[in-house]
Amino acid sequence: MFETLILMLDATMRVSTPLIFAALAGLYSERAGIVDIGLEGKILGSAFAAAAAAAVFGSAWIGLCFGILASVSLAMIHGFACITHRGDHIVSGVAINTIVAGLTVTLSMHWFGMGGQTPALVGDARFLDITFPFADAMESVPVIGQIYSNLLSGHNILVYLAFVMVPVTYWIIYKTRFGLRLRAVGENPHAVDTAGISVSFIRYRALIICGILCGLAGAYLSTAHNAGFLKDMSAGKGYMALAALIFGKWRPVPVLLACLLFGFLDAVAVRMQGVVIPGIGEVPVQAIEVLPYVLTVLLLAGFIGKAVGPKAIGRPYVKERA
Amino acid sequence: MPYAIELRDISKRFGAVQANKDICLQVPAGTIHGIIGENGAGKSTLMSIIYGFYEADTGHIEVDGKRVDIRSSQDAINAGIGMVHQHFMLVENFSVLENVILGAEGGAVLKNGIGQARVELQRLAHEYSLDIDVDAIVEELPVGLQQRVEILKALYRGARILILDEPTGVLTPQEADHLFRILKALKDQGVTVLLITHKLREIMASTDNVSVMRQGEMVAHRETAHTSKEDLAELMVGKKVRLTVDKDEAQPSEVLLSAQNLSQFDSQGVKRLKNVSLELRAGEILGIAGVSGNGQSELLNVLSGITPMDEGEIHFAGQVITAKAPKNAAQMRDLKMAHVPEDRHKMGLVTGFEAYEAAVLGYHNSPVYNGKILMNRKVMLDECNERMAAWDVRPPNPHLKTANFSGGNQQKIVIAREVEQNPEVLLIGQPTRGVDIGAIENIHEQIVKLRDSGKAILLVSVELDEIMALSDRIIVMFDGAVVGELDAKDADERTLGLMMANAFNEEQEGVSA
Repeated sequence: MFETLILMLDATMRVSTPLIFAALAGLYSERAGIVDIGLEGKILGSAFAAAAAAAVFGSAWIGLCFGILASVSLAMIHGFACITHRGDHIVSGVAINTIVAGLTVTLSMHWFGMGGQTPALVGDARFLDITFPFADAMESVPVIGQIYSNLLSGHNILVYLAFVMVPVTYWIIYKTRFGLRLRAVGENPHAVDTAGISVSFIRYRALIICGILCGLAGAYLSTAHNAGFLKDMSAGKGYMALAALIFGKWRPVPVLLACLLFGFLDAVAVRMQGVVIPGIGEVPVQAIEVLPYVLTVLLLAGFIGKAVGPKAIGRPYVKERA
Repeated sequence: MPYAIELRDISKRFGAVQANKDICLQVPAGTIHGIIGENGAGKSTLMSIIYGFYEADTGHIEVDGKRVDIRSSQDAINAGIGMVHQHFMLVENFSVLENVILGAEGGAVLKNGIGQARVELQRLAHEYSLDIDVDAIVEELPVGLQQRVEILKALYRGARILILDEPTGVLTPQEADHLFRILKALKDQGVTVLLITHKLREIMASTDNVSVMRQGEMVAHRETAHTSKEDLAELMVGKKVRLTVDKDEAQPSEVLLSAQNLSQFDSQGVKRLKNVSLELRAGEILGIAGVSGNGQSELLNVLSGITPMDEGEIHFAGQVITAKAPKNAAQMRDLKMAHVPEDRHKMGLVTGFEAYEAAVLGYHNSPVYNGKILMNRKVMLDECNERMAAWDVRPPNPHLKTANFSGGNQQKIVIAREVEQNPEVLLIGQPTRGVDIGAIENIHEQIVKLRDSGKAILLVSVELDEIMALSDRIIVMFDGAVVGELDAKDADERTLGLMMANAFNEEQEGVSA
């Protein structure tokens, strides 16, 4: 029983990683007042760019750089539309998602001719799992040893990075000048403007960070979790990250917990595949996969109180006429 | 000694609106300088230019005798200018401390800056009696303290010139008194204060000098000690072309509408309408005079059902309307109350609509305009054509977008819409604001005609001439309350001006004493 739990938690960590990256990405963007429904597109774009570059150059790190580059570029397009031209954030985000969904497959067919996939990545072209020292030796120690070697050890570097990004984000958002201004810009951009700070510049910087984090999420999917790009491989992770962001009320630690919960439900869904529960029969996988969404709706509807987002979110900043 | 701040020939235009025209202003250091004018006179625009929110089209600004180039708020802050905005520029879920240091954090990591700010704020609080809990969350503070945070923000950045834009608009009288004590303390420390307001009492009570703005121009500079409320009131409102309206003696008959003790609070909890009672009789025009912003808009909104009252009751068309049993604007219309709102762009029209569409707004559910499923365009167009001819709307094109008519013609469309429904009571706000002379005459004639047909009209206007020319009876409002009522025959500009500044009773007492 304990081993099953360890295995499920282990899977939870793997599945949660892209959610954590993406939800934190959304946190920077939305805390600065920019709605980012385009997380999904940025993840997918990065997944493709990372896998393609890794396949060509044979290095996962070069792949990661291209993934981040692609994702940041998409974030800048979003910024250009929403910040510079005061466009509608949702429209811009949906446009990005749609374009990326089509473009990745088209480019992939054109370059690799493998029906929308990229070549399978092997060796250094993938991020490989890191085994902690003495992990093998510790495995026989009950509980602590099992947690150490089976749960903590044996993940790739991006998984650890995702978890490290949570306290780092907390520190940036709450303890630095940039974080103070970022939060202020999402709440009342007029206050920031009258304090002599450029609203646009802060929002652009927030989107760059958002792009980098989405880039990590995408690269993780195609060059670490899997070995290559598949059509639509982001599979709604961007939307799920948004749900986690709202569920976690735009705060780093609760957002992490929300991502882990969603990841855990995902792991359960995989685990429950084909399992026959007495009296009910086989539970359809979809019934469990839908749980994160149902949970978000239910909990937001009444159990955790009102999720109050940044006040100025989604509204383009226009200096008012007196 | 050079002036703390000097403006030279500042002009600013927004599209067709000349918000500021050749403004010159000299403010000696260490004084409180009032700038007074009606709403829309261009005061806020001028201050936004000084604070770098807008750039002036022409002219320049000097601080301490040196020309400064203010292109952004940062430039203004660097020049030692601080501003307390009418609507506070605070991040509501931040602490006082976080709000104060925003933009002046003193380093990339907050820790050090916060420590220094805490010490500095204690010094400022002590020096200017601006006590405040620096760790409190701003949205949990009362409005008076939020304003104090704004002042602290400016002082923390080293402001030597402090601009306050309508600072008492959101304050209780006690909070306002405290604010003026703070301003006095600031002045004693050598800070120059620019106080923007439309309240004469504040100017008289606290300033050293005062400048008057009217319609975008600076029309007068006075030493406060050598001027009076009446003088300033007249300068603010200005002498206008005399209007005359041919009308017979009013024949008021039964009371059509009566209101008792109407009160209303705004979202900040400030009482905007204070126990207003009035009676409106058939066949009379009741004028509401007052400097704009003294509760007239709130009164119109409450009477017309746009915003619910908080206290009091209205008797109209056999119904009793109270806070517990409110009626909305549509229900009031059904009871035959028509309303021409003060701001035709915001409330009277949809500027993107064609004239024939705008001409049925509010009555669009009437069976006259509707078939079984679709609206009956032909009826709407025919009626619009008729009205355009009758009211001399130019151009008489029902398909023209309302935005493309001139102000006077837009107003005719709105007034025609309300009057042609043959209401029992017409509420009409600023009927001739931004309307050319020719159209004014026409509109006035129509209002009198409606009166003579036995209807009751409540006229709100900031134009004294209009009030005096049209009204049969005049009520004066000040600070949300009715401060006087008189027959139009007994009204003259001086009496009304004094009442509007709430100085009438004081003067009477002075005479009798």
